[in-house]
Amino acid sequence: MLSSSEIARRDEFRSFAAAEVAPRAAASDRAGALDDDLVAKLAGSGYLGAAIPREHRGPGMDDVTYGLLCEELGAGCSSVRSLVTVQNMVAATIARWGTAAQRDRWLPALASGDSVAAFCLTEPETGSDAGAVRTVFEDGGDDWVVTGRKLWVTFARRAGVFLVVGRAGGGPVAALVPREAAGLSLRPVDGQLGLRAAELAEVVLDRCRVPKANTLARPGFGFSHVASSALDHGRYSVAWGCVGIARACLDASAAYASERFQFGAPLRDHQLVRRMLADMQVATDAARLMCVEAGRLRTAGDPRSIEATAAAKYFASTILPGVTNDAVQVHGANGVDPEYAVERHFRDAKIMQIIEGTDQIHQLNLAEIALRGAP
Amino acid sequence: MKEPVSSVKPAIHSFVDRFFGDAGLGDDDDMFATGYVNSMFALQLVQFVEGEFGVTVDSDDLDLDNFRTVSAIAEFVERKQAASSVAG
Repeated sequence: MLSSSEIARRDEFRSFAAAEVAPRAAASDRAGALDDDLVAKLAGSGYLGAAIPREHRGPGMDDVTYGLLCEELGAGCSSVRSLVTVQNMVAATIARWGTAAQRDRWLPALASGDSVAAFCLTEPETGSDAGAVRTVFEDGGDDWVVTGRKLWVTFARRAGVFLVVGRAGGGPVAALVPREAAGLSLRPVDGQLGLRAAELAEVVLDRCRVPKANTLARPGFGFSHVASSALDHGRYSVAWGCVGIARACLDASAAYASERFQFGAPLRDHQLVRRMLADMQVATDAARLMCVEAGRLRTAGDPRSIEATAAAKYFASTILPGVTNDAVQVHGANGVDPEYAVERHFRDAKIMQIIEGTDQIHQLNLAEIALRGAP
Repeated sequence: MKEPVSSVKPAIHSFVDRFFGDAGLGDDDDMFATGYVNSMFALQLVQFVEGEFGVTVDSDDLDLDNFRTVSAIAEFVERKQAASSVAG
């Protein structure tokens, strides 16, 4: 399934996650923010902007290797994986649809970690029906005058640039809005069920002036091509992040079941516990196989990669309620104690069923594929 | 090497017809007006055109008139391939 070089990179990522990510995850969860030192180490290791192409001074990580990075970071801390997800989904979108000037301005800074990116799509009244965003881009000569509210923006508090999707006279439009743009302000959002260290904020755009030169693609294509490209990239990363959560739950449960004795024997010797471990193992492996398949198709530029990515994300997120529930169950009362990582994974798992397309939206789209060619 | 339009259209049909099934998409039917395509289709179409015909779809090429019909896509591919051969 994986080449020797991919396995070597995975082992490198796993070592990094074990040394730098997992040990800080509980504290980050409590603090509601990531440690700046960790973010600097992510950038210094080339992981923050991992998928940014080499011609834009990024590491140019291939799709499967990038996926493996997301699995390992996700196993350690889903908020860290979220940071890498949003950084790369915005960067990939700039690389795909940006002008040469936009690529030169933003991609090296995103690759080095000098800037962090955020993606602004969801609004108070607009979730799954993302094409119905209400944020307005008014014509202001050489500028757009942007007014609207964007909710639950991941790492908005750390971001230097925001990819904002809205609506203009010519249809859906997307533009890069610098943090310092007049009229842009943040309202931090805390206390979410999961991904608590993802530094969420509401982004308020109050007649925010944005140069039209910052527009990605032509007005009219801001959703169908720009936002959709970003979501496709993010979906791939999130799918692997789900695998990371599942793998971490499996590893923690196998270790706990070996160390914990009840009725004079380790939990691992109790058949009902073994059944849970078996189900976790199979579900995790199956989800990873779908992610690898999606990655291979992405690298090949195959149009089926978009459907394979959606299917992988759907499957990987739908295994999580079972896997994380079993992991907590194996841990018993310790499983609901924040000192044990499975408690955090259990909460983070729910978020994965909602972001980058809810399970139900994927069901609708995947059913369309299933029905193609049917009488 | 530039493919004649006559071979480009069948290749386009082989891809897009999967999405339209029995609708019987004609060369000049507006795909985006049929209601048969979902949000993934637009990106898949770009990937198909790039992979199948070896052209790059730039942001400046994002114009519905380039992608609305099989005929329009074929003409777009021919223009891109001609421009590429001149530049090369």
